[in-house]
Amino acid sequence: MRLPLLALLAKGPAHGYELKQSLEKLLGTAYPEPNIGQIYVTLGRLEKAGMIEGTDVTQSTRPNKRIYQLTPAGRDAVASWLKEPAEEPRLRDEFFLKLALAPDTEERIALINMQRRHYLNTMRDLSKLAATEDRDNRFSQLLIEGAMLHLQADLDWLERCQEDLE
Amino acid sequence: MSHEAPPVPEGGSAPADAEPIVRARGLVKTHQADGVPVKAVRGVDLRVERGEFLAITGPSGAGKSTLLHLLGGLDRPDSGQIWLGDKRVDTYGEARWAVLRRRSIGVVFQFFNLISNLTVADNVELPALLAGHSTREARQARAELLADLGLEGRERSVPGELSGGEQQRVALARALVNHPSLLLADEPAGSLDSKGTREVLRLLSRYHERGQTIVMVTHDARLASAADRVIHLFDGRIVDEATFGKEPPRAEGVAGTIELKG
Repeated sequence: MRLPLLALLAKGPAHGYELKQSLEKLLGTAYPEPNIGQIYVTLGRLEKAGMIEGTDVTQSTRPNKRIYQLTPAGRDAVASWLKEPAEEPRLRDEFFLKLALAPDTEERIALINMQRRHYLNTMRDLSKLAATEDRDNRFSQLLIEGAMLHLQADLDWLERCQEDLE
Repeated sequence: MSHEAPPVPEGGSAPADAEPIVRARGLVKTHQADGVPVKAVRGVDLRVERGEFLAITGPSGAGKSTLLHLLGGLDRPDSGQIWLGDKRVDTYGEARWAVLRRRSIGVVFQFFNLISNLTVADNVELPALLAGHSTREARQARAELLADLGLEGRERSVPGELSGGEQQRVALARALVNHPSLLLADEPAGSLDSKGTREVLRLLSRYHERGQTIVMVTHDARLASAADRVIHLFDGRIVDEATFGKEPPRAEGVAGTIELKG
């Protein structure tokens, strides 16, 4: 959460709730909704670390709000974040452990079948999401398509497991 | 062109309507590969309800396409029985199957199989004419389908002038022109890019919503997840089945049946 918030603030100063709204608008409903509490906590930590600077703005009819902007250190952090490749998803998942630790082939095949059904259900959810999500929200559509391609790869891998174990 | 759900039967014939579109029992099919017999389908029982969208998945060589071909009479089983509606059809000869395919079964293939030197319009009208419809009827049915499939203005093109996605839409129009009670699709997006795949997915879902019964073989989980039910073939047998929650759940706890949450 730290770096995405810094990257948003690189576009201009904002307060906590504005950051939440911009994230939602940018990423769409497919992405887990950012938690406002977590945003405030993270902003506090970033300020302590000298990455951002807050200024209180008094409002007559509402509680005061704190507007944040990047410090030079924060700007450097965003720049180096964008220059780094991200870690790839790993196969260190629970299903793999279950498969490896299941007592016998019969159990393993049952696990594979169960997992396939689970993935198909997820695929169906994603298809529905893609259909209901704003078509013009490019990032959201790309995220959903990425999730679908990952799932397809997981399904192909299940097939490989089944061929190898049967 | 109407693709509404089948009409409610009049007086007393309800049991006939409740009959599944397809029933198959104990299907076995052996192919010869370099003189060596290879069992492609080893004892498959299958039931497809009226209006159901069934997807068949499984690894290459699991027997998916062979099974589909058996259901369409494009291949004959070594043993086992097939009923389409109330007709036992596995005993049919080639000529009767040809008539059946013309009237009651539409087929869509991975590589479209359009007639390359006929126009789009002629490709779609031909099966209607062969089924005994007048030129005027065939033309009207073709025009409605092509409009429905977003192919207006392509009537005079030949298949080679169209994109893969467009060719598959023409193939779909051809398969649907005689209002088949069963649509068979063999890897319908297998040779299409992701845009073409989404298109095929959208169209199959649309005709399914209008009541079309569909049996589709696919590798693509996106396509499979649009179905009501997915069966998984492995080594010529059905080894698993997933039903997405739409119809009331089958008996609770039946192995392999899960309901979609939400």
